[in-house]
Amino acid sequence: MVTATAPEEMTVAMDTTNGNSGLISVSDLSLYYGDFKALKGINIGIDAHAITALIGPSGCGKSTFLRCLNRMNDLIPGVRVEGRITLDGVDILDSSIDVVELRKRVGMVFQQPNPFPKSIFENVAYGPRIHGAGSKTDLEDIVEESLMRAALWDEVKDDLHKSAMMLSGGQQQRLCIARVLAVRPEVVLMDEPCSALDPISTLRIEELMQTLKTDYTIIIVTHNMQQASRVSDFTGFFLMGELVEFDQSSTVFTRPKDKRTEDYVTGRFG
Amino acid sequence: MSVSSPTRPRRSAKARKERIVFALLSLSALAVVIPVVAVIYFLISRGAPAISWSFLTEMPRHAMREGGILPALVGTFCLMTGTVLFSVPVGVFAAIYLTEYAGQNAFTRLIRLSIVNLAGVPSIVYGLFGFGLFVLFLHFGRSILAGSLTLALMVLPVVITSAEEALLTVPKSFRDASLGLGATKWQTIWRVVLPNSAAGILTGVILGVGRAIGETAPIMFTAAAFYLPRLPRSAFDDCMALPYQLYVLATETFNPSAKMQWGTALVLLMLVLGMSLIAAVIRNRFRRRRAW
Repeated sequence: MVTATAPEEMTVAMDTTNGNSGLISVSDLSLYYGDFKALKGINIGIDAHAITALIGPSGCGKSTFLRCLNRMNDLIPGVRVEGRITLDGVDILDSSIDVVELRKRVGMVFQQPNPFPKSIFENVAYGPRIHGAGSKTDLEDIVEESLMRAALWDEVKDDLHKSAMMLSGGQQQRLCIARVLAVRPEVVLMDEPCSALDPISTLRIEELMQTLKTDYTIIIVTHNMQQASRVSDFTGFFLMGELVEFDQSSTVFTRPKDKRTEDYVTGRFG
Repeated sequence: MSVSSPTRPRRSAKARKERIVFALLSLSALAVVIPVVAVIYFLISRGAPAISWSFLTEMPRHAMREGGILPALVGTFCLMTGTVLFSVPVGVFAAIYLTEYAGQNAFTRLIRLSIVNLAGVPSIVYGLFGFGLFVLFLHFGRSILAGSLTLALMVLPVVITSAEEALLTVPKSFRDASLGLGATKWQTIWRVVLPNSAAGILTGVILGVGRAIGETAPIMFTAAAFYLPRLPRSAFDDCMALPYQLYVLATETFNPSAKMQWGTALVLLMLVLGMSLIAAVIRNRFRRRRAW
């Protein structure tokens, strides 16, 4: 599998050798829950139009890190963040940043599919509506386009006004992806998007990620190392709040530099 | 034999104890049913013959010894509407503040303490407080406005508590989804949290108001008229009301008509039970429809 994707990875690798030329650049990021230091001086550069996987055992800080990128941690009382995260060169941790604007650019798909108890149409239209989408036909276009991009359109096009709760788990998760795409983000964060899904639904989401990466930058947290090696261009390994290793996925999974990464990816712990 | 004989009396003593406890428990449970059945039986058997279309739509005559109960029915309806108008916005906003915005600090502890204490205040104290504040100090006079405000104060703890519970049943994942899409906190509350808790809030409001419209003490000094055979024309008018009319018929009327007494009591009971029923129906529908 590695050899088959090698040429593509080679070209991606050339972009990253220029240091932090990526879309998102994180330097010396630390995060505290009260007195507990959950992230310890993270440095990472994330490229546009690539899939970056974050792996590591439970509680290692990978989800916490992901939630820094759209400032969802702001909602948790007692959280303190230090360091810098820039998106297109702008520090998104700055207090003057409009988190509403940020979350439009950096969308998020959660672990459990969480559609609203509304119709399929209303779910996808939610984002455009709160951001003041124009006419009814505009909205219909956005909904159709988003569902198509999320590879759900063919399955639901005749049931747009039925409740989203009637969809299967995998369909619900693709609906949640469509809901995010409807806001027209640049970055899509995925927090273990397949952990509640069966293998076939998981495969469909993974295929979807491959088509989405031409238009979006995807960062995915996953527990599943096979998934990370299958779908991602880059992989970061987190352990106890530290980013132990970050490199092309082929390197991380075949020739890791750090002993701890090797132990983890070969299944010796975690 | 030497083993079984000492255990035998102990076992039967245990069994006797078991039977006594069981009897006691079931009697206690039955004690709840008997008054309800008795009240409903007597009210229906004596009140039902009094009830007719003209009883509900006519003015009382001859100091309530004849005629209908229309003014009291309309008065109670006006008080109910006013109570809802005042208590729902304040109660729901307070609940939103407490569940969605407020942290755990001295100020919110003070609010919660106030709510608990407000719920424990006797209704006659509300009546006197309303009389002092709304009728006298604010010069609303004895009026539907003053009565509604007094009743609203009384149901506020119920509305706030039930609204809080309803808001908390909305899963965090819905809020995360909305905020993650770039919605503001208020947009999230308005478009996701409130629609998904509306049925719960409504249930609480109906139960609270249903309780309040049966109360006599809060309106005795603030709104209710002893005998007023005309309909109120504005919120500043006083009015007749079913519970107060019943109180008057039971204690202050010379040679009252039994038909009027039982009829009034039955209508009041039906109104209160009807509201509880509506609340139960809404709650069950919502529970069945809820998909999370």
